Amino acid sequence: MKVYRSLVIIIIILAAAIYITLPNSPGIHGIGIDRDFTTHLGLDLVGGIQALLEADLPADQVIDQASMTTAKTIVENRVNGLGGLNEAVVQQAGDRRIVVEIPGETDPEHALATVKQTGLLEFVDLSALPVEEAAAMQGSIIQTDFTVSESSPLTTTAVYHTIMTGKDIKNVNVTTSQASQQYQVAFELNEEGTTIFGNFTSAHIGQVLAIVLDKQVISAPRIDSAITGGRGVITGRFTLDEANQLAIQLRYGSLPIPLKVVTSQSVGPTLGQDSLNKSLVAGAIGLSVVILYMAFFYRLPGIVADLALVCYALITFALFKFIPVTLTLPGIAGFVLSIGMAVDANVLIFERLKEELREGKQLSVAIDQGWSRAWSSIRDSNFSTLITCAILFWFGNTFGASIVKGFSLTLAIGVLVSMFTAIIVSRTFLHVILDRVNIREHKAWFGI
Amino acid sequence: MINIVKRRYLYFAISLLVIVPGLIALSIWGLPLAIDFTGGSLLYIRFDSGSLPPSQDIIDIYNSFGFPDTLVQTSGTSSLFIRSKDMDEAMRSNIVQAMEQRFNTSIVVESFETVGPSIGKEVALRAAGAVGLAALGIMLYITYAFRGVTHAFRYGVSAIIAMLHDVLVVIGVEAIIGHFLGWEVDSMFLTALLTVIGFSVHDTIVVFDRIRENSNIYRRIPYETVVNHSIVQTLARSINTQLTVLFTLLALAIFGGVTIRHFVITLLIGVLSGTYSSIFNAAPILVVWEKREWQTWFGRTPKQA
Repeated sequence: MKVYRSLVIIIIILAAAIYITLPNSPGIHGIGIDRDFTTHLGLDLVGGIQALLEADLPADQVIDQASMTTAKTIVENRVNGLGGLNEAVVQQAGDRRIVVEIPGETDPEHALATVKQTGLLEFVDLSALPVEEAAAMQGSIIQTDFTVSESSPLTTTAVYHTIMTGKDIKNVNVTTSQASQQYQVAFELNEEGTTIFGNFTSAHIGQVLAIVLDKQVISAPRIDSAITGGRGVITGRFTLDEANQLAIQLRYGSLPIPLKVVTSQSVGPTLGQDSLNKSLVAGAIGLSVVILYMAFFYRLPGIVADLALVCYALITFALFKFIPVTLTLPGIAGFVLSIGMAVDANVLIFERLKEELREGKQLSVAIDQGWSRAWSSIRDSNFSTLITCAILFWFGNTFGASIVKGFSLTLAIGVLVSMFTAIIVSRTFLHVILDRVNIREHKAWFGI
Repeated sequence: MINIVKRRYLYFAISLLVIVPGLIALSIWGLPLAIDFTGGSLLYIRFDSGSLPPSQDIIDIYNSFGFPDTLVQTSGTSSLFIRSKDMDEAMRSNIVQAMEQRFNTSIVVESFETVGPSIGKEVALRAAGAVGLAALGIMLYITYAFRGVTHAFRYGVSAIIAMLHDVLVVIGVEAIIGHFLGWEVDSMFLTALLTVIGFSVHDTIVVFDRIRENSNIYRRIPYETVVNHSIVQTLARSINTQLTVLFTLLALAIFGGVTIRHFVITLLIGVLSGTYSSIFNAAPILVVWEKREWQTWFGRTPKQA
């Protein structure tokens, strides 16, 4: 029978939904799939930072997209290098922006500094200067003959020669110096770097080799002896944070495009937790009131609709975990709003059902006719909401406004699932439960 | 049967009664734009001491760091919103440290948001584009959905008028309430507005769908009666749906915490207006159009057909 076939399908879908929704869902592993199902919470719920980075180049300059992709990958690596943050998101937005989201990050200042800095390390030959003068260069900004983009002209008077960049570094570690107990970054060069460094230091003993980060001299040590082993340390009165930051930047390379922060947002962990608790309570209260109201107003069909509503909530939430959709506060509001809309489809059908019943039709005929008549308005009305969702999604995407994006996505999923549950789920349930009920004996069950 | 269509001008007047004061408020006070659109920084902090220092002291600290025109707004008994020109995280950290020293208490940074001025302008521009695009998309869609009905275009235009009604109500009420509560128009307000647009049309379509069905069945009955009949038939549904959405939104507004209250209340106003306009404006406009009533609005007698 058709009704029972639908029932089997619904039960299979529900079983899958419950499996995914379980708080400690084991996920799917094996048979070629390897998935865990976790709830992704946005930074307004768990705290963290979000930033929109933009290429720091003239607005009319065309940005090389290959460099943008490289920059994105480097930013991503650096974000992951910050440690302990497994759900960070790095995406390109438009052709000159990158969105960075780091949920749970509690030190926005440090994180943003690490992410956005170009991180170009240079070993610069200062042998043109008298030794005393060169050694005193620490902290000053200099020009070198190594440039990233062709466009930056070298106009100032003193241009120093870069013998090597951070690219030739193979390995970095943060250590403390035994003499001064200060943090320093120890590095190991690759083969090519070792040769260059060895040759240069043998030829320039007694002179100064500056270590320059983003054109600023961070230390200007004198070469005491030739360094041929390919190992060295960078000292520069670092704090632990600064040393870690430099190490991360060296490890993942320098950015091919300079970036600046155009918008950033950080949320403390307590505010996030508070918001999450409150909105969960609000959602539960809203859902309960709707369930009571439906049962009270539509009697037996209302209770059936309530069952469908619970299925709706389960399936939607399972989809959030499956896709996965990052849940934000407005996203939860969108979900709660779509509960109201899910009920709407049922209400439309029940009002039709009542009309058909009043005309004296048999229950099972009335159920089917109520459905087919209500379908056109359910379809057309929900489609208009989907149009606005699509536009909101586009709007949010252009600016990396993940909160707007999250809202539109949750609302759209809610609308689609609500159409499914109203049409397939509550119809099947009604048939299964009511086909054997004699409507004339139990009019009160239907509120007519 | 209740006759809603007959009293249509009364219902139009009620709409104007809400919209006109809102528009007046809008022209006097304007809509304060949030940093999303203007650029700037918004710092939300909580004082662990549990008491708040005078706002002027905070403004002075900001001034000393080179940030004039700073606005301070209290939230609860120990929290503050501070709005200023845009600054980076490093500057924010310096200012918070300066405040901690000055007021001799530790300060929790609940949230901090900063938007560069150029991107604010771009967001505002795209936002206007998004609203326009939504209106256009929906009008095209309705004209398409009602293509089999005579005068399909009228349905599209009436739905858009009802939608503009809701947009005006939401913006007008925002201008009035916002002025007293210090609300600002931000991206979330815009999101709420676009959702209201979707919802408004959603409601209107349900009523129109009934008119579409009924006009095919009752071809001999006057159009006005068919429209009224359709409104009354969908009334129970409109009210029930309205109530369920209202319950969920009210729960969010009351229990959902302060961060989304503005957003939820905007939705609430829009949803209320959306249901009202689809029953009392959108469908009656179809009747006004059918009977070409504007010819009598200014005392002229209608042309004899």
